[in-house]
Amino acid sequence: MPQPRRLVEGNEAVAEGAIAAGARFFAGYPITPSTEIAEVLSRRLPQVGGHFMQMEDEIASIGAVIGASLAGAKALTATSGPGFSLMQESIGYASMAQVPCVIVDVMRGGPSTGLPTEPSQGDVMQARWGTHGEHSIIALVPSSVAECFTLTVEAFNLSEAYRTPVIVLSDATIGHMREAVALPLPEELRVAARGEPDVAPEDYDEVMSTVDNIMPRPALGSRYAVHVTGLVYDRRRGGVPATGTPAVADGLGRYLREKIYHHQDAICRVEELEMEDAEVAILAYGSVARSAKAAMKWARRQGVKVGLVRPITLWPFPTEAVEHMGDQVRTIIVPEMNLRQIAWEVQAAVAGRAKVVDHGRVDGKLIRPEEIAALIRDEFHYHHFEEMA
Amino acid sequence: MAEPTADDRAATRHEIRLSGSGGQGIILAATLLADAAVASGREVIGTQSYGPEARGGASKAEVIISDDEIDFPEVTAPVITVCLSQEAFDAYAPLTVPGGLVVYDERLVTAQPLVKAQPLEGLRLVGLPFTFLAETELGKAIAANIVMLGALQQLTGVIRADALEDAVRRRLPAKIVELNIRALKLGHDCAAQTERGPAAPRRRRVAAGRTGESGPA
Amino acid sequence: MTALVDEELLERAPHDTNLPRVTPHSTAEITSHLRTPHTLWCPGCSNGIVTRALIDAVLTLDLDLDRTCLIAGIGCAGRITAYINWSTVHTAHGRALTVATGAKAADPGLNVIVVMGDGDCVAIGGNHLIHAARRNIDVTAIVFNNSIYGMTGGQMSPTTFEGDLSTTSAYGNVEQAFDICELARAAGATYVARGTSYNYLRLSQLIAGGIAHKGFSFIEAMVACPTYYGRQNGFSDPAEMLKVQKARAVPVAEFDRDGPRLRDRYPVGVLHHAERVEYTAAYADVVRRAGERSRG
Repeated sequence: MPQPRRLVEGNEAVAEGAIAAGARFFAGYPITPSTEIAEVLSRRLPQVGGHFMQMEDEIASIGAVIGASLAGAKALTATSGPGFSLMQESIGYASMAQVPCVIVDVMRGGPSTGLPTEPSQGDVMQARWGTHGEHSIIALVPSSVAECFTLTVEAFNLSEAYRTPVIVLSDATIGHMREAVALPLPEELRVAARGEPDVAPEDYDEVMSTVDNIMPRPALGSRYAVHVTGLVYDRRRGGVPATGTPAVADGLGRYLREKIYHHQDAICRVEELEMEDAEVAILAYGSVARSAKAAMKWARRQGVKVGLVRPITLWPFPTEAVEHMGDQVRTIIVPEMNLRQIAWEVQAAVAGRAKVVDHGRVDGKLIRPEEIAALIRDEFHYHHFEEMA
Repeated sequence: MAEPTADDRAATRHEIRLSGSGGQGIILAATLLADAAVASGREVIGTQSYGPEARGGASKAEVIISDDEIDFPEVTAPVITVCLSQEAFDAYAPLTVPGGLVVYDERLVTAQPLVKAQPLEGLRLVGLPFTFLAETELGKAIAANIVMLGALQQLTGVIRADALEDAVRRRLPAKIVELNIRALKLGHDCAAQTERGPAAPRRRRVAAGRTGESGPA
Repeated sequence: MTALVDEELLERAPHDTNLPRVTPHSTAEITSHLRTPHTLWCPGCSNGIVTRALIDAVLTLDLDLDRTCLIAGIGCAGRITAYINWSTVHTAHGRALTVATGAKAADPGLNVIVVMGDGDCVAIGGNHLIHAARRNIDVTAIVFNNSIYGMTGGQMSPTTFEGDLSTTSAYGNVEQAFDICELARAAGATYVARGTSYNYLRLSQLIAGGIAHKGFSFIEAMVACPTYYGRQNGFSDPAEMLKVQKARAVPVAEFDRDGPRLRDRYPVGVLHHAERVEYTAAYADVVRRAGERSRG
């Protein structure tokens, strides 16, 4: 018996998802269009014995989240573009030091202060490469209020499983939209626990996680003495700095990438609709995927074979699924609220086997189904023209 | 192949835009409307103006109600527009789709100048005294938004009266529920009377833009 | 109202005036708390002195080391986390107090000690310092103030005095130096102390007092950097730099409160001690009230 359907806002669903995932710490700084997440959690977290903090800025917010996570709490922050930029330094720290945490970025128009109340997908590459240095990251993109909830739970599970920061890339449309949803009950959810490493405290210095056995980091204040650092460290000796040993640096750098990419199949989730017989496909994510779906339905009603591929996991990029698209369809339309950020990735993955048509908007307006429909129409005209010639 | 239109997207899709000034309870009215639609088992999406837009004088909230899955979440072809201020009427009444319904507060909005300058072809215009009724009958001008909801329910049938009443009971503080139930009834009766024919003396129907009896899709 | 001082901790440390009396521990005992005998601190650097003073203070208070964590930023001082073998976090530059705040808020039972350098604490981390002090969160912050950026090779910092030379003030610094203790006090810290690496025992005692205090404790440890500050500003000998500390430090009781704190004359001791509700205690009350409201 699920919960009754009720009207829930996207940002509220993120907050409730975090509570359901076992998050007990939030630190953040008010910023449109993410603020409701902080507002809801300031009320909800203390009700469940958790802790809400409004910090002096986003730099402090992600710092406090890392501190709380190191102390054993599941922790998150929520922000939008300008704050996300400020957090990049410490997202890199969390990546390097392998601190599980969740960062929700409710994307708005940028760069800079940009369009504070309007949606955008301009941060997708920042989510991947915003912090300096080679690193891996996981980013999930909700397309609905229900997914704001479920993907926040999933983000916590992935962050615990792979000991990594996980980014939830919402946007102003999804975050501020109210939708009729039946949120899952706690017993319907899979929630990962932090746990302790499967070695005794005295042996902890001598063990090393492998890509197949990523040990949880013991909490500060537990029986394990840990050293956490943003320097290159020796993964075996309790994590002490080892900046003078290139082989150690190389091993760490490759491990940080492989612990994510080795599990790509488990991490990457893609929704495919009407792809069985599709000649043209739309690849769209987040709020734009809704417009893409409307356009696809329209095309199908016209008898035109159009499918939709919606990455739910944007990072690591679902390369395999997109490669496969290159064999399935002749054209892939990539509408996004930025200028080609993901279209480039698609182009790289299909490597010339399908034509990639990009369609970008950076005016703060959600791409409309009509715009995508026009591109579909062009594709089929072009096709018929070719056949006639 | 034709461009997709609102009709094409979903025949059962009702796009409703509520507009007015800050402080009139536009957002609350939209929330109650959406709540009532959810309770009726329909798909619903609600959006509202944010940021500087919300802090200025104007206030706008939109609700999409559909029997099918709602993909595109924004209102582009409103079949019902409610205007509780002149500014809102001037901006949004003309955006209503042909055959649509524009409901406004007749004491706050003068429809004539706009209608003369830019005939609102194919629209059904209904002016009712929401604020006046709330003030005189309930002693609370602030309840005008709820009077409006009662009228909207009667005029459109897009939501059920009992679902709307339940939404009021669920969302509002207990001590003001009864007053607001009366407000719903007041709006409902006032709209019913208007629909039945000759307007009562204090209710004036503006028919300048009317070209037929077509209601919302 | 929360206690000004954690009575349980103080009882374990005999009183000397109102600060714990620190009994120096043997070198063998001190080094048993180190991961390594090697540090990258230069010969003559005072950082080792403050490190030992901190270990002495913690051992004197008999803290549960499993429940104690040391959190530091980036710079010479921050490297302390790689040397002490308790649970330690070496954060990003300037961010130690933010990580400490999150850790303490998530687990109020943790003993959280923060070590920062002067640039770390009041330049890049200045905003975090004033807000941690304002919250009065129960964290003990120790600033190793050497008036220079050592790790990067001798650039001026916010505590470099006017006229001082550095690799980025070749004609003499024209900016006024921060009085960090005054800054911490004005921002709301409830325990503020300054000590020197010259007066080891007194410094250790001031650190112990800060740890025992329930609230935001701030200790400025004046340290000598012969390599980068000394060489550029006319000091040839590390010992001479320590002697200069002795000459300049004036016990707070003898210092004119309204007089300016100068390069050549500054107060040492407990400069400020106040009673104010501690942050995690106040938040525990929020949790209680929220629980009551959600139940009824």
